[in-house]
Order: sequence, then structure tokens, then C-alpha cells
Amino acid sequence: MTRSIHRHRLATRLWHWVNAVAVIILIGSGLMILNAHPRLYWGRYGANFDHAWLTFDRFPRWVTIPQNYNLALARNWHLSFALVLGFGLLAYMVASLLNRHFQRDLAIRRRELSWAHLTADIRAHLAFRFHDPEAPGDYNVLQKLSYVLVLFGLLPLVILTGIAMSPGLNAAFPWVLEVLGGRQSARSIHFLAASGITLFVIVHLVLVILAGAVNEVRSMVTGRWRVPE
Amino acid sequence: MSRLLSRRSALVVGAGGLVAACDRVAQLPAAQQLLGGAEVAHRGLQRAITARDALAVEYRPEQRSPIFRANGTNNPNTPDYNAHAANRFADWRVRVDGLVTRPLSLRLDQIRSMPSRQQITRHDCVEGWSAIGKWTGPRLSRLLDPAGLRPDARYLVFHCADAIGGRPYYESIDLIDAFHPQTILAWALNDRLLGVPNGAPLRLRVERQLGYKHAKYVERIEAVASLNPIAGGKGGFWEDVAGYDWYAGI
Repeated sequence: MTRSIHRHRLATRLWHWVNAVAVIILIGSGLMILNAHPRLYWGRYGANFDHAWLTFDRFPRWVTIPQNYNLALARNWHLSFALVLGFGLLAYMVASLLNRHFQRDLAIRRRELSWAHLTADIRAHLAFRFHDPEAPGDYNVLQKLSYVLVLFGLLPLVILTGIAMSPGLNAAFPWVLEVLGGRQSARSIHFLAASGITLFVIVHLVLVILAGAVNEVRSMVTGRWRVPE
Repeated sequence: MSRLLSRRSALVVGAGGLVAACDRVAQLPAAQQLLGGAEVAHRGLQRAITARDALAVEYRPEQRSPIFRANGTNNPNTPDYNAHAANRFADWRVRVDGLVTRPLSLRLDQIRSMPSRQQITRHDCVEGWSAIGKWTGPRLSRLLDPAGLRPDARYLVFHCADAIGGRPYYESIDLIDAFHPQTILAWALNDRLLGVPNGAPLRLRVERQLGYKHAKYVERIEAVASLNPIAGGKGGFWEDVAGYDWYAGI
């Protein structure tokens, strides 16, 4: 009765796990870096005398890497895994264009964006039905929209704003700062994009659990996914 | 539902465990080497894709910070320094020595009378804040050219009049940054003589790197072949004490 399909390609699975580790380390070390100056500004400059639009107390030790205050080590973690994130995303994107993962699985069709289709999909999610019985291997439209937003929106944005905070790269590519409205704006957008990615990770984990954690995790390891009855 | 909750809490514990595991991994020598390698990788990448003489962004006067934050030592407060400050640094001298053919000892008025550069640039602290100010001073090359660097000189070490926790502050840069057009020895900030909190009477500006590279209270510039024999050997006070990267272009 149970039927299984090959759901995820090798490039997708490899990148998923490499990126999962990178994203968690980047979030933890990023929060430690933010602890060094937990104030966010808009514009080109911003220091203690200037208006901050958001301030924090210290982030607690159970979310930061390292756990005890150490800006130098947090930067080492962050800048190491920033390379993993950036070049990993690039490799995954090239592979996903070549193996047609993007074109086949993520392309959003016009009819999927119709009001009726969207509300039907939201109702299905609320009823914990995540798969179209007609085509269980396909991503539903909410899934496509969130993957597209993260892959082509938040991840490139977090990388671009990260590059924008490097004084060395500012000299070579001043247009990056211009586009983003200054270094402190870039730092704020970096935080917001990273927050969006964090929210995605949390929702993603909850949905994995609701959809059946063992089956979903196995499909991301071996590629095999058991079709729900 | 309780099974669901326990799975969810297992995930939370898992994430927390990863954070803790990172601390354990970071204690392994191999991991330290790998993480420290990020500095080398970034420096190599940056130098590969950027022009050596690419200029830091310069701003318009109205784009400056209303107040320029001072950081690190706010006053060296040694008897010697206080005497110089009381005398408005009239007898302050900067030595240029080490691997040079003609060691120099320059008075402050000699440095102020050199052709100077004015630049409104952004100062980025490693902690994350930024301040924009206008700096005035001669290009570092104006001091290096008459001293004549020997061929074996590879770095310049800036010895400072301040000490933190009993350790003298110092910093170092390579020759690419030393001869960069915006690398200056600043004696004025925002059209006023440099104040004590900002490094009076002279501070280095290395505009493509983070704030801790911009040595304040500079009293000696030493040309060296290697940074290893100096202080903790990592090329700067914060590099030695806190493990900050020597290359601070990111």
C-alpha cells in the first residue's frame, strides 16, 4: 500500500545539510557579534550618541556562539561559515539550474497565485494537509513561495549586506553601500534578513514535525520519501 | 500532542546542544587553525578581487556624525604624556626607524607643515558602530620616503604612548596599506587639532580597515621584516590580547 518516491536530488540534500549547519552557526555567532554593540541604526553612521531604532539587552548564552562573550572568536566562526554559506549557495544554484530543480519544483505557475488557489492551500495547511493527493511529490504554493523568498530574497540579501559591512570591500564596491543606504542601514537589514531566515527555520522545523519528522528527514538524507496515504 | 511537544523540545535541545558543541569544537587545535584560516581566506579573496589602491568612500561635510565617538584609551594619562599635553605637544616627536636607511625624528610642527590630505571617511569599530569624521594629515609615504625603507622591510609597526592593563598599545600594517593614498598620520579631526580622546597629537588612519588598526598617540613608526618578535607576536595589541584578526578589512 505504501509507495515511496525519489523526492530530493543529491545536490539538494548535500546543500541542505551543509547549509543547515552554516545557518545555525551564523545565527549564533551573529547574535554574539551583535552583543558587542546591541544597537541598530539607519543611515551611514551610528554610534552611542546617535538614534538607534532598535536596542537589545545581551542575547543569552544558550543562543550565542561562543557561549561566553568573545567577539574575536564569534567573528572567526561567522566569517568562516559566511564563506560556506555564500559559496554553498552559489554551487547549489548552479547545480539546481543544471539539474532543473528550480525549473521543475520551484517555478510558480500563474494559476497557483489565484486567490482561490491560495486560500485553498492555506485551509489545507490549517487542516495539516500538506500534500496534493493528485501529485504528492510537488511542492504546494506556500512552500514554493517561502522557498523562493528565502533562496532568491533573504539569503542573497544577507550575503550582500554582510559584504557591505566590510570596509575593505566598501572601497572596491562602493555601489553596494549606496544601494543599501549606508553601512548602518546595511547592518540593520542584515539583522532583519537574518531574523527572516530564523523565522523560516523555525516554521520549517515545526512543519517537518507536523508532516512526519522521520519520513521528512529520511527523504532529505536518502532522497526516498514515503507518500502519505 | 505530548509526543509532538517532546519532539519539539528535542529539537530545541538539539539546537542548544549544537551551540554548546561549537564551544567544544573551538577548543580543538585543528578547529582553531581552520577558524583562524578564515582571516587568511578573506584577505586573499579581498586582495584578489579588489584593486590595491581602491579608495575608501569619502563623504560630504554634512554627512558627518554630530559627535565622533572616541573608543579605547581616552587618555594615556602617563606623567610623560600629561607633560606633553600641558605643553600642547610642542616637543612631541615621532621617530621613524627600524629597517630604514635614514632614521628620522620629526617634531610635530614639521609634520603639520607637510602637505596634508583632508578626507571625510567612516570609522567602523569591530563592535559594529560607525562614525564619520574629517581627518587632516600628511600621507604616511611623506614620512616613509625620506626615511627610505630597506628592501627587507615588510610591515610598519606603530608604537603608541598609551597602555591598556600595563601593555603598551601598538598596531601594524603591511606596505600595501602603508603607501595607500588615504593612509595618513592625522593631526586634526573635523578641522580642530586632534583631541586627547581621539589620539592627540597624531593618529594613524587606515581607511579600509576596522577601528582598532587606527593607532592613536603615535610616537614611533618602526619598519620590520616580521611581526613575530614584537610584543605578543600577532601584530597588534588587540590581536595579542583578544585574538582579533590582524587583517581587519572585514
